[in-house]
Amino acid sequence: MSLYRTELRRLAKRRFTRWATLLGLLVLAAVVVGVFFTNEKIGPAQLAQAEQRAEQEYQQQVRWSEQERAACEAAKAGGTAEPDRYPEDCSVISPPPREAIEAQWFLPSTFDFRESFGFTLLPFAAILALVGFVVGASFVGAEWNTGGMMNLLLWRPKRLTVLLTKLAALLSGLLAVALSAAVLWFAGFWLVATFRGSTEKMTSGAWQSFALTGLRGVVLALVLATAGFALASLGRHTAMALGGAIGVMVVGQFALGILLDMAGVRFAEAWLLPTYAMAWMQKKVTLQDWQSCNATFSGECQPATLDITWQQSSVLLAVGVIVTLGAALWTMRRRDIS
Amino acid sequence: MPAVLEIEGLRKTYKSRRRGTRNALDGFDMRVEAGQVHGFLGPNGSGKTTTLRTLLGLIRPDGGRMSILGHDVPAALPTVAGQVGAIVESPQFFPHFSARDTLSLLAGAGDVPAERIDEVLELVGLRDRAGERVKTYSLGMKQRLAVASALLKNPKLLILDEPANGLDPGGIREMRTLMRTLAESGMTVVLSSHILGEIQLICDSVTIISLGRRVAFGPVEEVLAQHSSGAVRVRLEAVTDLPAAAEALIRSGIRVTGHPDHLMLAGVDKPATVTRLLAEQGLYVSELAPVAVDLESVFLELTATAPVPGQHRQVDQSTKVGEAGQTSTGGGWGA
Repeated sequence: MSLYRTELRRLAKRRFTRWATLLGLLVLAAVVVGVFFTNEKIGPAQLAQAEQRAEQEYQQQVRWSEQERAACEAAKAGGTAEPDRYPEDCSVISPPPREAIEAQWFLPSTFDFRESFGFTLLPFAAILALVGFVVGASFVGAEWNTGGMMNLLLWRPKRLTVLLTKLAALLSGLLAVALSAAVLWFAGFWLVATFRGSTEKMTSGAWQSFALTGLRGVVLALVLATAGFALASLGRHTAMALGGAIGVMVVGQFALGILLDMAGVRFAEAWLLPTYAMAWMQKKVTLQDWQSCNATFSGECQPATLDITWQQSSVLLAVGVIVTLGAALWTMRRRDIS
Repeated sequence: MPAVLEIEGLRKTYKSRRRGTRNALDGFDMRVEAGQVHGFLGPNGSGKTTTLRTLLGLIRPDGGRMSILGHDVPAALPTVAGQVGAIVESPQFFPHFSARDTLSLLAGAGDVPAERIDEVLELVGLRDRAGERVKTYSLGMKQRLAVASALLKNPKLLILDEPANGLDPGGIREMRTLMRTLAESGMTVVLSSHILGEIQLICDSVTIISLGRRVAFGPVEEVLAQHSSGAVRVRLEAVTDLPAAAEALIRSGIRVTGHPDHLMLAGVDKPATVTRLLAEQGLYVSELAPVAVDLESVFLELTATAPVPGQHRQVDQSTKVGEAGQTSTGGGWGA
């Protein structure tokens, strides 16, 4: 227990941990502030203005269709009509019905908590996961790099206990930050919705759904922190984890994506990691293969689809953690420390 | 006297596809008795640090047996780690932490009372600089901090690898006094160093290693005596009598080297023989001094690492015990 407390202290004392956490929280705060200033509450004045703009748009459509019908009839009468420009019967050129132009199209952007909050949990999880990854990698990588790990092992010559205690301290520290940030995130957007949107229709089911999505976001951050920690421990340097992550992104994602696209592979996104991160957060991502039929605007042909579910993502995350952490523990146990 | 540290037949082999097999430790033996300051000497690359790392569980041995305070290691390291303070090679600390933070974190990990931090900071002379970041420290100050971290546990066995590295002359003397004080208080100190004058001054016993094997061990005086050449310097009342004296001594089977104002004799068992021989010839001795051998010359002789003009000795060019012309000077386990 003393080792765990000491490692928590070490984590909190590290300058990189403090700066990375602060930076992550500032970015999250900037998102909340940005959403606050780009939305506004919808009241009678905004509704009236939207109605007025919808009417103006309808009148413009009426004027345009009348001009076009007149031009069509003139061209037909003069025999100068281009074959594909006008229909056979000029009377079919008519304005859209008034109800087809909706006032809501002209409403300013507003933050509906029930509609929009779920989407904000994606950047929340992504920023937390990024902070978790780099802090996790740096926490153990710097220890290896500066000889701190060797010093510690002279005091506690149980390698696996030391490494796992460090990981436990990292994950519990990250969990504390993530849960606090999540509470602030919920509260922040509730305030945004209150002053710049709507908090209506929030049922217990909606709250439960948001809470579960937030929880999955926190789990994603913990998984990536573990992966960063394990990779840095494997290479005994922070750069191993960061280099590995960049390598996976550049080679494994961008290059693979281009290659799969060029090869015309069906559902190419199913091979890319971000798809699984999205599926983990949104519970399901539906991929579409537009080559599977000649889809038309009339909607007669639907493309083939492939669902990536959060359960499949959870298997991938679990395998990733087991492989990287297992390798880190194995090398910690077997390799000499010099 | 009970042994605090015993090593028998320790082996460590490094295998590389490109460079082949290298025996860093090749059946190395060592014994350190309680309450001693023990010098651990060897040329660069001889296996000193590998021995210490293996002993402390950082490197996995390929064979042999080690024990600390009567417990077989590395199996019992978790049991004895609280009684062993060690620094291995150059001091390495997280640069952005202060000395006090560094020691506080180590003390926390080892269940050492916080009061002990101030005691060791005082002991190594870092009390007034304890709040500064380690990255601002000189090498000598980092070395002091390393010693402080090793002393934090108030260990029964203190293992220090090059503790005087980077210290100023005053610091070296302080370190020497500290080692002696610790030994007098009952602590056993194993000291690896290349400053052989220091080792000779403060150590009770030594082990010399070369290419992974022990080439000499025992109390410092015994090691020096074993390798004393029996050289004697002779001066006469009249310098003009030196040729006659040399002739008489050579006739008696003594090897003589002439110098302008004295003679150097080798292979003399009893200096009194020289006095008697010369007196019989009517030659009177004004000075008869056995030439003392020091640890440095013994070290250079045993490890065959004395510099030779015009040659550049490579790291692995030193004596290997058991090679033709070489004899082992020590025994095995418990010797």
